[in-house]
Amino acid sequence: MTEKLVIIGAGMASGRMLEHLFETSHNYEVTLFGSEPRGNYNRIMLSAVLAGEKAYEDIVTHDADWYAANGVDTRFGHAVTRIDRTARTVFANGVETPYDKLVIATGSAPFILPIAGHDLPGVRAFRDLDDVNAMLSAADCPGSRAVVIGGGLLGLEAAAALRGRGMHVVVLHLAGHLMDRQLDPAAGYLLERELGRRGIKIHCRAQTKAILGTDRVEAVLLEDGTIYEADLVVMAAGIRPETRLATDAGIEVQRGVVVDSAMRTSNPNILALGECVEHEGAVYGLVAPLYDMAKVAAKTLVGEAAAFVAPKTATHLKVTGVNLYSAGDFAEGEGREEIVLRNAASGIYKRVVLAGNKVIGTVLYGETGDGAWFFDLIKRGTDISQMRDTLIYGQSYGGGAVADPLAAVAALPADAEICGCNGVCKGKITDAISAQGLTSLDDVRAHTKASASCGSCTGLVEKLLMATLGDAYNPAAIQPMCNCTELGHDEVRRLIIAQELKSIPAVMQELGWKTSCGCAKCRPALNYYLVANWPGEYEDDGQSRFINERVHANIQKDGTYSVVPRMFGGITNVKELRAIADVAEKFDVPTIKVTGGQRIDLLGVKKEDLPAVWADLNAAGMVSGAAYAKGLRTVKTCVGSDWCRFGTQDSTGLGIRIEKFMWGSWTPAKLKLAVSGCPRNCAEATCKDIGVICVESGYEIHFGGAAGLDIRGTEVLCHAKTENEAIEIIAALTQLYREQGRYLERIYKWMKRVGIPSIKAAVVEDLARRQQLFERFVYSQQFAQVDPWEERVNGKDAHEFAAMAELSMLQAAE
Amino acid sequence: MTDMSPITWVEIGALADVPRRGARCIITAFGKIAVFRTATDEVFAIDDKCPHKGGPLSQGIVHGAQVTCPLHNWVFSLETGEAQGADKGAVRTYPMRSDGGRLFIDASILSAAPAA
Ligand code: SRM
Ligand SMILES: Cc1cc2nc3c(=O)[nH]c(=O)nc-3n(C[C@H](O)[C@H](O)[C@H](O)COP(=O)(O)OP(=O)(O)OC[C@H]3O[C@@H](n4cnc5c(N)ncnc54)[C@H](O)[C@@H]3O)c2cc1C
Ligand code: SF4
Ligand code: FES
Repeated sequence: MTEKLVIIGAGMASGRMLEHLFETSHNYEVTLFGSEPRGNYNRIMLSAVLAGEKAYEDIVTHDADWYAANGVDTRFGHAVTRIDRTARTVFANGVETPYDKLVIATGSAPFILPIAGHDLPGVRAFRDLDDVNAMLSAADCPGSRAVVIGGGLLGLEAAAALRGRGMHVVVLHLAGHLMDRQLDPAAGYLLERELGRRGIKIHCRAQTKAILGTDRVEAVLLEDGTIYEADLVVMAAGIRPETRLATDAGIEVQRGVVVDSAMRTSNPNILALGECVEHEGAVYGLVAPLYDMAKVAAKTLVGEAAAFVAPKTATHLKVTGVNLYSAGDFAEGEGREEIVLRNAASGIYKRVVLAGNKVIGTVLYGETGDGAWFFDLIKRGTDISQMRDTLIYGQSYGGGAVADPLAAVAALPADAEICGCNGVCKGKITDAISAQGLTSLDDVRAHTKASASCGSCTGLVEKLLMATLGDAYNPAAIQPMCNCTELGHDEVRRLIIAQELKSIPAVMQELGWKTSCGCAKCRPALNYYLVANWPGEYEDDGQSRFINERVHANIQKDGTYSVVPRMFGGITNVKELRAIADVAEKFDVPTIKVTGGQRIDLLGVKKEDLPAVWADLNAAGMVSGAAYAKGLRTVKTCVGSDWCRFGTQDSTGLGIRIEKFMWGSWTPAKLKLAVSGCPRNCAEATCKDIGVICVESGYEIHFGGAAGLDIRGTEVLCHAKTENEAIEIIAALTQLYREQGRYLERIYKWMKRVGIPSIKAAVVEDLARRQQLFERFVYSQQFAQVDPWEERVNGKDAHEFAAMAELSMLQAAE
Repeated sequence: MTDMSPITWVEIGALADVPRRGARCIITAFGKIAVFRTATDEVFAIDDKCPHKGGPLSQGIVHGAQVTCPLHNWVFSLETGEAQGADKGAVRTYPMRSDGGRLFIDASILSAAPAA
């Protein structure tokens, strides 16, 4: 007896299910509804059609002959509008069709951001052939512009294809890195770099506010005010299971149509499969699991037992020339270990995550040949303890014996490439060491260029020195920045500039960091180097800053904060004092203290009160005193010629000028200044990082003092005749220190390390150099002199100051 | 509730509310709990109180699945709550779940036994 089988949706899942069904049975009379005016095709390959690599005809999976041969009654272009469960019929185009068994395979609907302008002509999703055709006609006009909203798989495939068709393309992505669901930040960075090279502009952390235009799209507006012109907007911001029919019919629906492991919905005569379903709480957006569902559904239809098991999935990006692979779970966690391999020269990044002796996840960029092998290890749960040390090198290496690293280097053939950047092989290096009597890393760099560019082969070169020279090699101990790298601060600094690295993931990738996310030592240092080197370009990474610099107040032992407003040059007035008093009263501040830096500290402020406290201080014209910053702290002054009978110059006025000019600047460690009006030195200028002693003939500039952990008097730098000259010298000195000082190195230590003569040469003797340093300082100040308190009063980082939830209240409400 | 209380998942907000490599706090009758989110979107919850001298761990720098206490730099595993390296001590952890972009904490544990 034949039964009537009705299928809603002619997509990838239902097509595959029909194939399986007809392999075993032709007992059903099949009617196939599809709202698209065409039959089943390979939706995945729409990217290839958009890119011009394939035509629609190439991607059709089932043609008219196939449907005819299998007796399928096709109703393409007919969307089903209602299911009547009791009568067992479906309605489409006003026609009622009865069923014995019904299959819902309606796939997903693209998620269209509900923003102004989303319905303007020119806004398209990327889901079916009609979308592709619309995009192609937009791409036809020379010079036209596309904005793709969403930097996930789909969005990037669209972007690459449209760029390939000659459009100007911008990708807007909400998260901090591309494909954030599939990739870690390091791989996201490499991908962004590659797409950037192809001329695609990537804008991460982009909040789309509206689509602008009158008759059709003209531009896209972001929350931060950026506007991108657009003739085409592609919405690739996500998909949602298409569940409307099931919901209306009273079938159980959560995120998707709920099915059991046999693909049955809450109504036993109705099955569902594909992207529209939810199985054990999960929904799927890749075809591999849907094909498994298709197999199971076909069996269920013929009464055979079968169960769908949630598979592990792997992701590939189908953009020609971009090799990218991720699979499994690659988050960090306790008991997990990661092995990272980076090859900066060839842009390769590989990361394998282990739990115990098993691989549980991997991210591969640049070289994905071993993706399938890793995926297999994940799926099988293979014990990899035997090949742990070589695992990351892939299958071809697998099982190789683990040699000690020195022996391994010694065993390398003479033509093995050591330095990828400069193409230097092992033989060249060892020959140079022997023939020219080289004994140090610097020698090798000078003679062979090996390790002189990105430095990621430094370890190898050192091992070659050891292997060649034996005990005669005595490495000058470079203190690595931390356990995440072998490079020292200066190396990292040099390479950031030489390679124009402009983000933390970029540094970690190009310099071969051994961890994926760094540690509490290197991240703040890298953040400083990037801030200092790329003013106006680098976006400060708050999460890599110590809490005080992140919330712009000093944390206290009980978790409260202290607030120190700037009091330029130690001068205050009635209005400021009154505001401080009012704030202290209003917020119940337990302690008000005069600091050793000539200003007032409000101690014991609750974190959640900080923005309100700052708002009141801002209202009285006060800004953050940066009492927490590795940056300019205080400029102490004495009363000077204004009042003092010994004063030779206006020390107070000069101190105020300096502080107004320099506040906001970030430095390797804190920077404290003082200006005294005469050599009696009441402002203690001779134990400061930079001090000025006013004399009859002008200004004596001192530097390199300290009065903290170390105590030492300053050195004299030079004499300046005018205030302007003094300020220029001080700024140039500060800039030199910013460019050379290692993170957390105070001026006096830097001075000891580089030598006073080199500093004098740059700042005092070489006037052109002084001028350049001064100009670089001035340039960066335009980005630095933004009051961080005011920004936060206006809502920046609001999450820092409010609890996420109050659990006691939630519970009481239950 | 008894000691045998079943897991009670209580929604506390969205994953997006917590910055990557950062933390937010939830306030409970027994003190603050810090909810962490790693660079790779794992979420963890621990007491916001360092066993050393009570430092607010939510304010620390997050690296991998660890946090460095802002007061004296002890490092804790977010998953086990154990201090790492030479330091000895542990902070209490709470079961967390992230589902469809929403975060849930097991509140039964809270009522069963007060946090530190
Ligand atoms: C508030 C204040 C003490 C006071 O009540 O007067 C103070 C308080 C702290 N000092 Fe200081 N120092 C204060 C003036 C000084 C001075 C005197 C000065 O600036 O003229 C010095 C010696 C001068 C110098 O720096 O060479 C000083 C040398 C230090 C040091 C040692 C630095 C060094 O490199 O040797 C530290 C520790 C550190 O930075 O690692 C430190 C660290 C600290 C910290 C930030 C401790 C910490 O890391 O949490 C204290 C924070 C308290 C807070 O929340 O406000 N403080 N500290 C002073 C704030 C000045 C201001 O208005 O900004
Ligand atoms: C451009 C693109 C690239 C992709 N690349 C990949 C990839 O590389 N790898 C991968 O694994 N996956 C990829 N995918 C995802 C993959 O295509 C989907 O997972 C798969 O197509 C889902 O199959 P489905 O049958 O559930 O839904 P679909 O293939 O979407 O089929 C559902 C069909 O049902 C129709 N329909 C909906 N409602 C009704 C109704 N009421 N009446 C009648 N018909 C209806 C729809 O019009 C649609 O034709 C890609 C998707 C796109 C759009
Ligand atoms: S001297 Fe020590 S105790 Fe006093 S404020 Fe400075 S760091 Fe704190
Ligand atoms: S309070 Fe956390 S390390 Fe001291």
